[in-house]
Amino acid sequence: MNAPLDHRPTEPSAEPATEAYNFAFLDEGTKRMIRRAILKAIAIPGYQVPFAAREMPMPYGWGTGGVQVTAAVIGPDDVLKVIDQGADDTTNAVAIRGFFVKTAGVATTTRTAEATVIQTRHRVPEVPLTERQILVYQVPIPEPLRFLEPRETETRTMHALSEYGLMHVKLYEDIARHGHIATTYAYPVKVDGRYVMDPSPIPKFDNPKLHMSAALQLFGAGREKRIYALPPFTRVESLDFEDHPFEVQRFAAPCALCGARGVFLDEVVTDDRGGRMFVCSDSDFCESRRERGETGE
Amino acid sequence: MYVAVKGGERAIANAHRLLAHERRGDRDVARLTPDQIAGQLGLAVDRVMAEGSLYDRGLAALAIQQARGDLVEAIFLVRAFRTTLPRLAASEPVDTAEMLIRRRISATFKDLPGGQLLGPTFDYTHRLIDPALASDEPDAPTLGEPDATPVPRVTDLLGEEGLIEPDASPDVGEPDDLTRTPLAFPAGRDLRLQALARGDEGFLLALAYSTQRGYARSHPFAGEIRIGEVEVEVFVEELGFAVAIGRITVTECQMINQFKGSAAAPPQFTRGYGLVFGQGERKAMAMALVDRALRCEELGEERTAPAQDEEFVLSHCDNVQATGFVEHLKLPHYVDFQAELGLVRRMRAEAAAGSAAAGDTQDAREAVE
Repeated sequence: MNAPLDHRPTEPSAEPATEAYNFAFLDEGTKRMIRRAILKAIAIPGYQVPFAAREMPMPYGWGTGGVQVTAAVIGPDDVLKVIDQGADDTTNAVAIRGFFVKTAGVATTTRTAEATVIQTRHRVPEVPLTERQILVYQVPIPEPLRFLEPRETETRTMHALSEYGLMHVKLYEDIARHGHIATTYAYPVKVDGRYVMDPSPIPKFDNPKLHMSAALQLFGAGREKRIYALPPFTRVESLDFEDHPFEVQRFAAPCALCGARGVFLDEVVTDDRGGRMFVCSDSDFCESRRERGETGE
Repeated sequence: MYVAVKGGERAIANAHRLLAHERRGDRDVARLTPDQIAGQLGLAVDRVMAEGSLYDRGLAALAIQQARGDLVEAIFLVRAFRTTLPRLAASEPVDTAEMLIRRRISATFKDLPGGQLLGPTFDYTHRLIDPALASDEPDAPTLGEPDATPVPRVTDLLGEEGLIEPDASPDVGEPDDLTRTPLAFPAGRDLRLQALARGDEGFLLALAYSTQRGYARSHPFAGEIRIGEVEVEVFVEELGFAVAIGRITVTECQMINQFKGSAAAPPQFTRGYGLVFGQGERKAMAMALVDRALRCEELGEERTAPAQDEEFVLSHCDNVQATGFVEHLKLPHYVDFQAELGLVRRMRAEAAAGSAAAGDTQDAREAVE
C-alpha cells in the first residue's frame, strides 16, 4: 500500500539551510534578468521570450526552466507545492521541493488550495486555481512547431507572421488517416487569438483548464532558454476544426480509490494477469476526497 | 492490490547513501585523493576543465572523484558550480605567440623557426598494454631547462606572404558570452568558438571526422598544434594598464585549409581555429575542423553537410544539455503514456471494427459466387 502522505505543511525555516548560496540559489542579478523575461512574456501572452538560462545543479530536461522561474518569483512568505505527473511524492517532485526547502527555506505543502506557487510537470491540478496562485510549468520543448520544422530561425519567422498553416495541415492529416486528431498530450493551443503555444506535455484533458484561469501561468524551458506566460483570464483555445471539434479524453470508470469522475486517471497494473485499476493522477485531489469519506467501487 | 509505484524521500536518500558507498569502493584499498587524480589522471582533469568551462584543476579533480570517473557527470558538476561564480572581468586576448611551449608540432613544414617539439605525447607509442605499469615506479627522467624564447606561429609565417587570410580583427569589442545571453542564430564566430570550446569532445570528433570523409571536405592541414602556458591579463581601470593574473595551460590548433578565392578575395589559405583549456589535442583539432566547416557562409561555400549547419552543431554540441535531455526519459511519463494508451486502444478498436466489416462483405460476396 501507499504510505500515507504527511499533509502537515512544513514551516518556513528562519534561515535557509544552505547559507553558501543566495535565497533560492540564484543571485539577484540573474533573478532580475529572469523577471524581465517573465514580464515581457506576460505582456505578450503565448510568445516565447529568450532568456539567458543558467546552468542549474539539476540536469537539463529535469525542470531547470521551471526551477529558475520559481526561484525568480518565490518570496520568503510563499507556500510551495511541487508536482510531477500530478503527484507530490514522485521522485523528481520530491527532489525539486527539497531544493527549495534547502536553498530558500520556504514553507511547502501538498494541498493545492494552500499553495501560492505550484511548480508542475505534465499536469494541471484538478481543483480550479485562484488569482492568488502562480502555476509554473516545466517545459521540455517550448516550440509547438518544432516537430514540423526543426529550425529555430524558421519557426520564429512563422510565429512572427502568424503562419500556422503547417500545424493545421498536420492536424488535418491526422483526421484523414485516423478519423480524428491523434495528439493526446502537448496539444497545441492558440493564445488570445494570436500565438500558437505548446502547453507543455500535459494531457489534452488539461487544456481547458488553461482557458480563462484565474491564476498566473508561467512556462519555463531551461535547456531551450525560453519563458512564456498566460496572464490571468487569458483566452486559450485548443486548435481544432469546425467539423472536428476539440475533445478531451474520457475514462469509462471512476477512480478506484475515491470514486471521482471527470478527472484524469492513471492506469495501475496490479498483477501479471491483465489486472488493472484506474486511480486519480492528482494525488492531493484523490486524498482530499478520501479524507471526506469518498470511496471507490 | 494497489502496489506503491511512486518514489519518496526515503528512497532517494537511501539511493544516495548507496552511491556514496559504491564510490568508496573496496575499503581495503587506499582511498583515492583529488591530488592523485589531478596528478595522474591529468588529461581527464583537462577535459573536465575544458568542457566544464572553468579553469580549476583541484575542483575538476574533485568533481571526477565525486562523479566516480564519469567525465560528463564531472563536467556537469563543474558547470553547476561555475554558474554561481560572479563574472568580474573579461581578460585581454591571450597571446599564444608568447606561449611557454611544452609541445609544438607542424605538419606543413619539415623544419621551422622554433623547431618541432614533441613533448608528452601518445603519438608513436606502441599501444601495447604495459603490465609493468601496474607495479613498478617509473624512473624519473632528467628534465632540461625550459626555453622561454617565444616561438612564432606557423600562421604568422604564412601571413607575411599574404598566403593565408589574416586573423579576424581584434577590434570586435567585448565578445559575446552564451552563458549570459541566450544563443540566437546566426551566431557570430565568437559565440561559435565559445560553444565549440565547451562542446562535447566526442560529438565534435565525429563531426570533424565527417568533414574528412566528404561531408563538407575542406582539405585541411594541421598547420600547427601547440600546448603550453599562456599568461592571462586583465585590464585594471584604476591602474590604466593590464596586469597578469595568472598562467593557464591551453592547447591551440590552427588548421590551414584550401580556398579557391572569390570575387572579393584572391586565392589563399583559410583557417580553422581550435583552443581548449589544458592538454586536449584531439578536441582542439576537431574544433578547428568544425570551425572551418561552419565558416561556409562567410566564404561563399555551398552548405551541404551537418558540420556546416550552425544551428545543428551549436544546438547539439553541449553534452550537459544533451545528457540531461536524453536521460530525462527516465523520469515518469505515465500521464502522457496514459493518454497515448487510450489513443492506441481506440485506434485498435476502430481498426478491428473496420476489418470485421470488411470481412463480412467478403463472406457475402463469396456466398453469392
